[in-house]
Amino acid sequence: MPGELGVSIRLRRPGRLCLPGPSAGAERPQTPFRWLVASTRSQVTGSGAFRPQRVQGGALAAGGAFTLDIAFTTPTPGVTALFGPSGAGKSTLLACLAGLIRPDHADIRLDGEPLHTLPPERRGIGMVFQDGRLFPHLTVRQNLAYGMRRSSRPGMTLDEIASLLGLGTLLGRAPATLSGGERQRVALGRALLAHPKLLLMDEPLASLDHARRQEILPYLRQTVARAKIPVLYVTHARDEVLRLADHLALIDQGRLQAFGTLSQLAANPTLAWSHADEAGGVLLGTIAAHHPERGLSRVHCQGADWLVPQSTAAIGQGARLFIPAREIMLATARPENVSVNNILPARIETIVAEPDRHGALIALDIAGNKLLSRVTQDAVTRLGLHEGAPVFALVKSMSLEVLS
Amino acid sequence: MTSGDLAGIVALTLGVAARAVGIGLPLAIATAWLLARRPFRGKSLLQAAIHLPMVLPPVVTGWLLLLLFGIEGPMGRLLWQAFGIRLPFTSAGAALACGVMVFPLMVRAIRLALEAVDPGLEDAARTLGAGPLDRFLTITLPLATPGILLAAVLGYTASLGEFGAVITFAANIPGQTQTLPLAIYQALQVPGGEALAAKLSLVSLGLAACGLLLSERLGARLAR
Repeated sequence: MPGELGVSIRLRRPGRLCLPGPSAGAERPQTPFRWLVASTRSQVTGSGAFRPQRVQGGALAAGGAFTLDIAFTTPTPGVTALFGPSGAGKSTLLACLAGLIRPDHADIRLDGEPLHTLPPERRGIGMVFQDGRLFPHLTVRQNLAYGMRRSSRPGMTLDEIASLLGLGTLLGRAPATLSGGERQRVALGRALLAHPKLLLMDEPLASLDHARRQEILPYLRQTVARAKIPVLYVTHARDEVLRLADHLALIDQGRLQAFGTLSQLAANPTLAWSHADEAGGVLLGTIAAHHPERGLSRVHCQGADWLVPQSTAAIGQGARLFIPAREIMLATARPENVSVNNILPARIETIVAEPDRHGALIALDIAGNKLLSRVTQDAVTRLGLHEGAPVFALVKSMSLEVLS
Repeated sequence: MTSGDLAGIVALTLGVAARAVGIGLPLAIATAWLLARRPFRGKSLLQAAIHLPMVLPPVVTGWLLLLLFGIEGPMGRLLWQAFGIRLPFTSAGAALACGVMVFPLMVRAIRLALEAVDPGLEDAARTLGAGPLDRFLTITLPLATPGILLAAVLGYTASLGEFGAVITFAANIPGQTQTLPLAIYQALQVPGGEALAAKLSLVSLGLAACGLLLSERLGARLAR
């Protein structure tokens, strides 16, 4: 049942003292002013245990003041990625939503139902942490069952989760014997088995190497889709955003820089994130046909068809295409005798200069598909490109990445 | 002194120490948890009060206990009127004196054990729907158990040797409050009592060594 999730968090702290908690195992410094530290610490709820090293960084600006002021509304179910540099305040935002930090102002409404008025343990907000945080004295099965036994909401069973996440053979093992990828899969399963109304994921793959991430991402997609709940997914890895997100919130310095669907923001040349080397557009379409004789598949996205290297997905299945900005060539006339498979009429919507690289980022509309093309400043001058001009976009099939 | 007496003294000593730790340990866990995890005003005051027996002359601790728990003392009168319990000059009083003396030792060891438990795990349990007591019982306590056992063994072993506070508060009554160190002291007061004192000291040494070995092994397990 579609609905919406509205969050609004405001947190202002004068300095470091206020993000408290002992680092594990360490004796607290025995200063004569311990009572002062202790009373500041009381501003934080519960165990007061959210450790400062997780939330510091850019959001703790030069003066030492920490400000977070973020509000957005996002449709549910679906994955909303919170993307930004480390220290932008993304993790702090999640900690506030989960109730592990008490912000100055919090308003969390899921389909109109307020969650911020409940104590953290009764909010039904699940969380997957970067470091997994599996309980070391319990087996994988006991870890998975921990939240399930405390939840009265209906949802997936332990066996379903175990088979979705490929945990069947791990159930009797101790967390210490698991690999990083296995640990994160268990952490995800444990959070989902508590049958949360909202799932928060705090850079769940950041501690894994590239190969492990590629291995776990499909599990993540499928499982989260099956759970049919809203997910807020914090990351600073672009490929995770492209693969998982439906909506995207760009966060920097404790503020929301932009919010929208992934396709919208990916094709917006005025955003800072579009000026990264890996910038590019995302198209959501369906597999329309396979052409085995040519080794190609046809993906239909709104008014345009794209030829991509043959996919194994069934006809009618959804497909997500990523087209890097630097892989789109522009021509003012339809070229003949070129190897490029996708030659589509387009219209230039915006041109944003990128003086640093002597280039320009050009927003295109291709029959409703919004994409970015990065060309040289010289090409813009040579071809006389301007906003509103009709052009042809040239994209090699080999440059099109089918993400799912 | 016969061997029956010796066995009686040892049994009394072990019993007093067991009661001291049995009652002191849950209180020490609660106190250590407060100190390790809860922010509150007057924390240093509580900390100082707990550690007082470590730095005061034990005789003073014993005397303060007498003032508090004596028949005329505020706590003593309450206990006597409400429950008919009399502490001074009884083995229960000896256990109280031992418990107070080893309390700071236990609190310190348990606090270190609790602080070594990653608060992030408690946060994780919280997002999984566990309330404060639930989190403590299912996450914090099990993970701190080796440290708590160590604290219990240390407290027990130290209890076996308490002297000053015990003799002041509970007096030296054979068969009632005369624990090993008190018996050794008495034996040394009597001309020709060195042989008995040596025998008792040997037992004392054996018990202490057992305790230390056990705590050593627990400590090694903790370090892993």
